[in-house]
Amino acid sequence: MSDNAQHIADAQAPAVEALRISKSFGGVHALEQASFSAGFGEVHALVGENGAGKSTMIKILGGRLRADAGELRIKGTTATLRSPLEAHAFGLRTVFQELTLLPGMSVSENLLLNHEPRGGLGLIDRRATDRKADALLAELGIHHIDPRALIEDISLAARQVVEIVRAISQDPDILLLDEPTSSLVEREAQWLFGHMRRLRDAGKCVIFTSHRWAEIIGVCTRISIFRNGRDVGSFDSIDEDEAITLMTGRRIDAYFPTPAAHTPAAPQLETRALTGRVLRDVSLTVAPGEIVGVGGLAGQGHRELFFTLFGADKATSGEILIGGATKTIHNPRDAIRAGMALVPEDRKSEGLLLPMAVRDNLTLAILPRIAHLGVLPLGLERQLTSRIVDALKVRTPDVRNAVGNLSGGNQQKVLIGRWLLAEPSVFLLYDVTRGVDVATKREIYDLILRLAAENRAVLFYSSDAEELAHLSHRVLVMREGAIVAQLHNPGLNAEDVVSAAMKVALVS
Amino acid sequence: MSADRSQPRASRSAHWIGRNIGLLLVFAILASSVALYCAIYFAEQKTLPGNFELTSTVNNTMPLAMSALGQAIVILTRGIDLSVGGIMDFTNALAAVHMKADPVSMIVWTVLVLGAGALGGLLNGLLVGYGRLQPILVTLATLSIFQGVALRVLPEPGGAIPPGYTAALVNTDQPYALLYVLGAALLWTALRRTRIGVALYAIGNDEQSARAHGVDVVRTKVIAYTLSGMLAAAGGLCLAANATAGDATSGSGFTLTSIVAVVLGGVSLFGGRGNMIGALAGAFVTTMIVNILFFAHIDPLYQSFYEGLFLIVAVVLGAALGGLLKRGRA
Repeated sequence: MSDNAQHIADAQAPAVEALRISKSFGGVHALEQASFSAGFGEVHALVGENGAGKSTMIKILGGRLRADAGELRIKGTTATLRSPLEAHAFGLRTVFQELTLLPGMSVSENLLLNHEPRGGLGLIDRRATDRKADALLAELGIHHIDPRALIEDISLAARQVVEIVRAISQDPDILLLDEPTSSLVEREAQWLFGHMRRLRDAGKCVIFTSHRWAEIIGVCTRISIFRNGRDVGSFDSIDEDEAITLMTGRRIDAYFPTPAAHTPAAPQLETRALTGRVLRDVSLTVAPGEIVGVGGLAGQGHRELFFTLFGADKATSGEILIGGATKTIHNPRDAIRAGMALVPEDRKSEGLLLPMAVRDNLTLAILPRIAHLGVLPLGLERQLTSRIVDALKVRTPDVRNAVGNLSGGNQQKVLIGRWLLAEPSVFLLYDVTRGVDVATKREIYDLILRLAAENRAVLFYSSDAEELAHLSHRVLVMREGAIVAQLHNPGLNAEDVVSAAMKVALVS
Repeated sequence: MSADRSQPRASRSAHWIGRNIGLLLVFAILASSVALYCAIYFAEQKTLPGNFELTSTVNNTMPLAMSALGQAIVILTRGIDLSVGGIMDFTNALAAVHMKADPVSMIVWTVLVLGAGALGGLLNGLLVGYGRLQPILVTLATLSIFQGVALRVLPEPGGAIPPGYTAALVNTDQPYALLYVLGAALLWTALRRTRIGVALYAIGNDEQSARAHGVDVVRTKVIAYTLSGMLAAAGGLCLAANATAGDATSGSGFTLTSIVAVVLGGVSLFGGRGNMIGALAGAFVTTMIVNILFFAHIDPLYQSFYEGLFLIVAVVLGAALGGLLKRGRA
C-alpha cells in the first residue's frame, strides 16, 4: 500500500473505536463490554447516569487507565496506551475531570511544561515563557488569566480554562473532555462550545461527557448512551425523554424491597434554612421510621448537606433539630452525641480503620460506654460484635479478621453495624451502595428498611436514581445547594427522579 | 470571556514576592539573628565582630550549607534523604585517610570523594526511582550502611588534611569560602531553568500530573538523589578541611540539621515549593544560633536545649509573618 493510500484509509477510519472494553475495580464492573466509535468532524457526547462508565471510558481512551479486556483503535490502528503520554503520540489530548495542573507552579509553567522556550545557554527563558503563554491564552480568547499567577491562587473555573487551553493549544486531532463544564460559568461554557465547534469544523474529533442535557443537545453531533457500564446505543439525534429511558432502563436484575408505610409523626430530624458554603436555604424533615431520599445530578450539594448535618462541614446559618430540640453541632462528636450516625461512601478515608479487626472497628464508637475503668471486657465485646456480624450477615471468617480484607459491601455493613451498636436515632446514609455487588446491595436495602422499621429516621443519598425511587418514602431533588423538587411514593420510578433533576437543570 | 472581565495584573515583582515569601522570611530571620549576634558581641567585647568572626562563621557553615543544598533538592521532589549524614561520615574519613599534600593528590581525591558521594546518592536514587521504595526507608538503611563503611575506612578519628587544602576550601584568614556559596547559588539558578529543574518542582507538586505531561519522574528522582549525595560529599570535604583531620562519626548530625536548614529556608516538606537559596540562608541561620548561644554564655550542656527553643521561636514567628503577608496580598 502506498503512503497515499495509507493516508486515505486512515482518513476514512473512525477517530476512535472502543470495542468491547471491560474494566473493573476490585470486583465492581465499571465497564462491561462497552463499545462506541467516534469519527472525525464530530462532536460526540457520552451520556449516562453517575457510575454508568463514561468517565472510566474517557480515562481508558486518554491513557490514564488500562482496560482489562477489549480493543482500542485510534485512527484505525490498534492502540495499547500505558500512559497519557502514549496517547499524545496519537494526537490525542484529554481534559480529565480531576485536573492535572501543578498547583505550586505558574499558569505559564503549566501551559508550557516540557515545551518551554529556551534562551541563552539553552536555559529556559522565563519572560519568553510568560509571553508565549499569554499569546496562547489570547489566541483562544482568554484575557482574564494572568500567566504569571500560581495555579493555586486562581479560581477553580480559571484552572479548568487553563487545563482546556493546554489541551487545545497542543493542536490535538482528537480531544477528550470529561465533564469540562462542571466548574465553568455559562459564558465560559459557551467559549468552550465555540472551540469545540471550531475543532469539529476543522475536521477534528471531540468527545465529551456532560450531565447537562441542554449543552449536550446544543453542541454535539452524535450521542452514545451508557448504562451500568454498557453502551445502549449511539444516536444522531434523540429526544430527552427517550434518552432518559435509555439511561435508567429497566433493570431486570434489580430487586427493591418496598418500605412499610410509616405513620406520620413529629420529625426526628429537621433542618431550618440551613445555609453554608454550598447549601442554600435547605429545610427538610425526617420522621421516625421514615426514609427520605436525596437525589439530583452529581455535585449539587448533597455531600455538603450530609457533612454539615454531621458537623464535618460548617453551616453559616440555619438550625438543626433532633427530636424537636435545636442542637449545636460543631463537629462529628456533637453529632454523635445528638444521636446521629453517618455512613459515608468513601469507607476507606472516612470511616473504617482497614488494617484493624472487624471487632475493633465495630466497637470503636462505643468504647467509652462498654469499657470498665478503661478496660474492655472481652466477653462483652465478643458477644456484641458476634450479634452484629450475624444480624447483618457480614461475611468474615472471624471477627478478628482485618476489615481491609472484606469486600466493599461487607465493609459497608461493618460500618453500619458500628453505628447500630451506638443506637443512633438518625441515620445519614451517603451513597452506601456505591461499588457494592448486587447480592450485597439487596442485603443493604433490607438493612435500610430495618433501620426504618426500628423507628429510626433515615436520610439517604444515592447516585442511583432507581434506589432512591424504590426505597424512599419521599425523594428530595437538589440543585446548586438547594432543594428544588419533592417527589412522593408510592408510584415513583427512576425516570421521575432523573427527569426532575434534569428538567430543573434545563429551566435554570 | 472578553476584555471586560480582565482584571489588572499584578506586576512581575508582586508575583515574585508571592512565590518567594519563604525566601524573604528566612532572610529576615537571618538578618535579625545577625543583628542579635552583633548586639551580644558588642555588649561582650565592646567592639563589633570583624573579619575573623565572619570567616569562621562562613567556614563553620560550609558543611551544613552544602548538605542542606542536596537535602533541599530531594525534599523539592517530595522525598527525603536521611543518608546525608552517613555520606558525610564516609567522605570526610575517605579524604582524611587518602589525601596527600601535593596538588595532584588533592584534585584527584576531591574528584574521587565527590564521585563516591554521588555513587552513594545514585544508589538511593535507583532504589527510590526504579525500586519505588519509600525514600525514608531507603535512606535510613543506606545511612547505616554509609556509617558502617565510614568506620571501616577510619575506625579511630585521625588521618590528616593537608593545610593547603584547608586554605583552598575553608580559608581561615579570609572568608573566601563565600565564593563557593555564591557559586552554588548561581549553579542552582541555572539548574532551575533547565528541564530537570522544572521537573524537580513538577514532581514535587503532583507526581501523577507531572508524569501525565511527559516529565520523566524516575530519571528526575535518580538525578535528585545523586546530586544530594554529591553535595553531601562536598559537605564532608568541608568538614574534614575544617577539622584538618577525619572523624567517621562527625557527619551523622548533619542528617537532621540539613533538614532543619531546608525547612527554615522555606522549602516545603511536602515538595514542589521553595528555593535552594533559602536553604543556604537556613544553614547560616543555624550557625548564627550557635554563635549567639556561645556569646550569651549559655552552658554548653544546655546548648541543644536552647538551639531547639530558638528554632521553634524562629519557625513560629516565620509562619505567623508568612500568614500575615499572605492575607495582606489576598
